[in-house]
Amino acid sequence: MLQKISETRVGALIALILVCVSFGGMVEIFPMVFEQTKTPPVPGLAPYTAVQLEGRDIYIREGCTVCHTQMVRTLASESARYGHYSVAGEDVYEHPFLWGSKRTGPDLARIGGRYSNEWHRAHLMDPRSVVPVSNMPAYSWLFENTLDGADTAKKMEVLRTLGVPYTDADIAGAKDAVAGTLEAEALIAYLQSLGTEMQNYDDGVMQ
Amino acid sequence: MSSIWHWFVLIGTVVSLIGVMWLLFANRSVSGEQTTGHEWDGIQELDNPLPMWWVMGFVVSVIFSVIYLVIFPGVGNFAGVTNWSSAGEHDGEALAAEKKFAPVYARLADMSGDELAADKQAKQVGRRLFLNNCATCHGSTAKGSVGFPDLTDDEWIWGSSFDAIQASVLNGRSAQMPAWGAMLGNEGVTAVANRVRQMAGLEHDAELAKAGETHYNTICVACHGPEGKGNALLGAPDLTNDRWLYGNSLEAIAETVRNGRNGVMPAHAQLIGQDKVHIVAGYVYGLSKE
Repeated sequence: MLQKISETRVGALIALILVCVSFGGMVEIFPMVFEQTKTPPVPGLAPYTAVQLEGRDIYIREGCTVCHTQMVRTLASESARYGHYSVAGEDVYEHPFLWGSKRTGPDLARIGGRYSNEWHRAHLMDPRSVVPVSNMPAYSWLFENTLDGADTAKKMEVLRTLGVPYTDADIAGAKDAVAGTLEAEALIAYLQSLGTEMQNYDDGVMQ
Repeated sequence: MSSIWHWFVLIGTVVSLIGVMWLLFANRSVSGEQTTGHEWDGIQELDNPLPMWWVMGFVVSVIFSVIYLVIFPGVGNFAGVTNWSSAGEHDGEALAAEKKFAPVYARLADMSGDELAADKQAKQVGRRLFLNNCATCHGSTAKGSVGFPDLTDDEWIWGSSFDAIQASVLNGRSAQMPAWGAMLGNEGVTAVANRVRQMAGLEHDAELAKAGETHYNTICVACHGPEGKGNALLGAPDLTNDRWLYGNSLEAIAETVRNGRNGVMPAHAQLIGQDKVHIVAGYVYGLSKE
């Protein structure tokens, strides 16, 4: 009977196919949608400052994610090299996340504080001046362009609607904080913030 | 996951698995001779059985799913009989590595700097740690580059003892050469730079150096000392030898005086831990002795 109906009426066929394939989706998606689970931020996680936020946009603009991941996997060899493996609570203020999917260069999720600002300047200007075998391109124009901060407050407002706890004072001071900053300095400020909240992270798990 | 959704997932999964098996077997044709009863324009549809390889593949994948969902987490809050998690797997791996390397670290932990510098294993481990953590700034040959100290020479800005080197790696260093440009003006900066080159035994303008001496003796002397021998406690380098972190041309020295230098060695206590700092400090200590 069902077969006869579905073979002679294309609408019924579509409807029955949808019913069949929806089982997996219902089981996987419904609980996530209706449960409203919230990942708590890791202790010490702060939203990006205005300058760091602009640095992050430069990171996106220059396509850093193409070659650098920000995701320490749960492998002992990775945590020995980079630090604690990535946890969900780190990324609650990330819109969008920048986990990346390919490492031509190293992972950057724990780069904050690992090298001096001076090193980052030398390295962005000419990577081979500090790492002779590096195949990273030079980003010398970051040392010529300055930011005007015209859009920073707007960006922060949008992020606030997505749940990033920016205060009114943060947003009001954003333009002044950013205006005149060298793009390279903003990018370095962003890089130096990566993973710093995880340096003292302790979930009772050995690194 | 609340228990309602746990049961929703559990029942949904089980019902689906049973349902697909029922669909497969309840509608199975065996003869290959019967027709489905469908007829269009006199053409009848033969009810062929599904190929055996296909049926077997289907059944095997259902059995695989059941075994998988019993072993691994997948059904609601059920963690699977093995209680597997990627974090748990990492911890096991890390624990195994720690067990394997613990005797090595234990043997090296109590060694003095000289013992570490002489020990073959300490050197091997130290070299690997160096390449992973230090070479990015100091270079794979530890020769450094402009702004990043050469670790193979005998010039040690923060002290040459093993303890001083270990403290540098462990807690980091933050150099504080202030900017004097605003205070000295361009002429003053050039004069001081000439004075510094004079002290280092380099070519200089004697008249300017003389003018710079006054400035040197009121300002620079506090950290670099009256003879320019520096002070390792403050991280003030010796100005009289031929080791120059930022170059010794007149322009480079003037730039240093004008805008200051704030070289930073990051602290590694948190990054790699005490054991590894000890070993890598021994390796670096040994480099300058070779």
